[in-house]
Amino acid sequence: MTILQIKNAGPMMTVQDLGRKGMLHAGVSRCGPMDAPSMRLANALVGNSDEYSAIEFAMFGGTLAVSEPARIAVTGGEIDVKINAVSVAPWESHWLNPGDMLSIGSVKGAVWGYLAISGGINVPKTLGSRSTHIRTAIGGLDGRCLIKDDILNLGETAPAPLMTVSQKRAFHGNVIRVVPGPQADYFDTGNWQTFLGNHYQVSAKRDRMAQALEGPEINAAGGHDIVSDGTVFGSIQVPGSGLPLVLMAERQTTGGYPKIATIATVDLPKFAQTPTGAPVRFVRITAEEAEELVIADRQTIRNQLANIVPKTDQA
Amino acid sequence: MKFLKGLRKGSAFKEQQGHPPARFLHCGDSAIAVELASEIDETANRRVIALAESLDIRPIDGIEELVPTYRSLLVLYDPSIIRGQKLIEALQNRLASLVVSVKSQRTFSIPVLYGHEAGLDLEEMAKMKGITPEEVISIHSSAEYRVYMIGFAPGFAYLGGVPEILHTPRRKVPRQHIVAGSIGIGGKQGNINSLAGPSGWLFLGRTPLKLFDPNRTEPFMLRAGDVVKFRPVEREEALDLDAAVARGDVSVEANIL
Repeated sequence: MTILQIKNAGPMMTVQDLGRKGMLHAGVSRCGPMDAPSMRLANALVGNSDEYSAIEFAMFGGTLAVSEPARIAVTGGEIDVKINAVSVAPWESHWLNPGDMLSIGSVKGAVWGYLAISGGINVPKTLGSRSTHIRTAIGGLDGRCLIKDDILNLGETAPAPLMTVSQKRAFHGNVIRVVPGPQADYFDTGNWQTFLGNHYQVSAKRDRMAQALEGPEINAAGGHDIVSDGTVFGSIQVPGSGLPLVLMAERQTTGGYPKIATIATVDLPKFAQTPTGAPVRFVRITAEEAEELVIADRQTIRNQLANIVPKTDQA
Repeated sequence: MKFLKGLRKGSAFKEQQGHPPARFLHCGDSAIAVELASEIDETANRRVIALAESLDIRPIDGIEELVPTYRSLLVLYDPSIIRGQKLIEALQNRLASLVVSVKSQRTFSIPVLYGHEAGLDLEEMAKMKGITPEEVISIHSSAEYRVYMIGFAPGFAYLGGVPEILHTPRRKVPRQHIVAGSIGIGGKQGNINSLAGPSGWLFLGRTPLKLFDPNRTEPFMLRAGDVVKFRPVEREEALDLDAAVARGDVSVEANIL
């Protein structure tokens, strides 16, 4: 069996697949990647289908080695990737041989990076998924972040050419589109103007569960406590502090703060990848418009996956 | 999307008129909250669960998942299969013909070791209410509770039906570590913690049962709509139960009355 050795791990390095579906009613978070399209591209580059798990990391990767030859690909933002101190391109697959040292440096212009390895990470499934849910310690490797000296079993590497994307994913501008609600009416016109008329900085208080924002306070005329209801990836809660808190991939399934708006699915990867300290501006769209956008975006992602091509240099 | 496994038996009546109109609240482009009341209300909660059951038995194409909560049902959908506006129309029709079953729920008997290490607030609550800890236990274990929702964490149960004398505000400063299985009160709600973690609720004891065990055939003990009764047990029985649970010898069914 091929094994992956973690020689050094960056912060918040976890095993993820596309998440746990169908158990929100039992309180189980969907989990999964913060930037799903980037992870899907990484998997496709090494010949893995969407069901395979990969490694997600924040800010900085680490150093890793394998016991048998495997193909690897790193995606997310612009990332320094080296094999044995020689730079190799992200958004492409490369062979990693026993004895090689894979070094993944910092993620530039983004936050979340993905390392896919041919055959995927072969940890057992918990409740139907390999995704690590840190808060409840399920999935991944013992339900926790990967650390130095961890060893992971890999699936089998089937023969396949090395691949590259024809176009890297990039995020333009800092506009994040939102659909008002579900508690839009807890906020009066003045507070809506505050929310939409100002920039909010992406706070350093961020993890896989939630992203805090800094900026002008928003007050809920209807109060900052509601009877708890369901949440989604992108729910913008406004707790008593008046500072919006966006629920992310590892969110709790229900919450008791009013939610002024929900980030349009199409803009979730961009929001998740916004570097700490950078400003974002929220723009209101209708649910119908957001639906059109997500339907079109799925086609764009399908095209990106279809436009992965063999590298001309197969070294 | 299985919210429930199989049909339940029980008498039923057709949805009566006179409920406040449902609100359909967009939660982005892939979810709609069907809100049936503004406050915690047993009738509304029964309708939320009945709507989820109905959608489980006769699904609407494009619905991916259902999350019943106190007074609303979160419906997650795939907009490439059904658009939100069409889904709202379909949900409105479903609500208009909704049948709420009245004798369908499972009733659980949950053993509780009151007081001791996990009953952090038993003495304090007795003092606050001017009664003895034994009276608190007797009142708490005589009531019948309803699981209004499972949320926040896997298997975490929110209960209605806490006797009024036991209603107590949450602590201003939450405690950092509450053991799994702790039985608590927060305001007029009750709960059973499924996992260890921080909490501002007040705790009377703990159950040796695991509400969530990913290694058990049925990982989740309770679901929204279940009825819960607490059965006080002595320390010896609690320790025996702890051991049986650790061995994997306690099934979910064994606790259904």
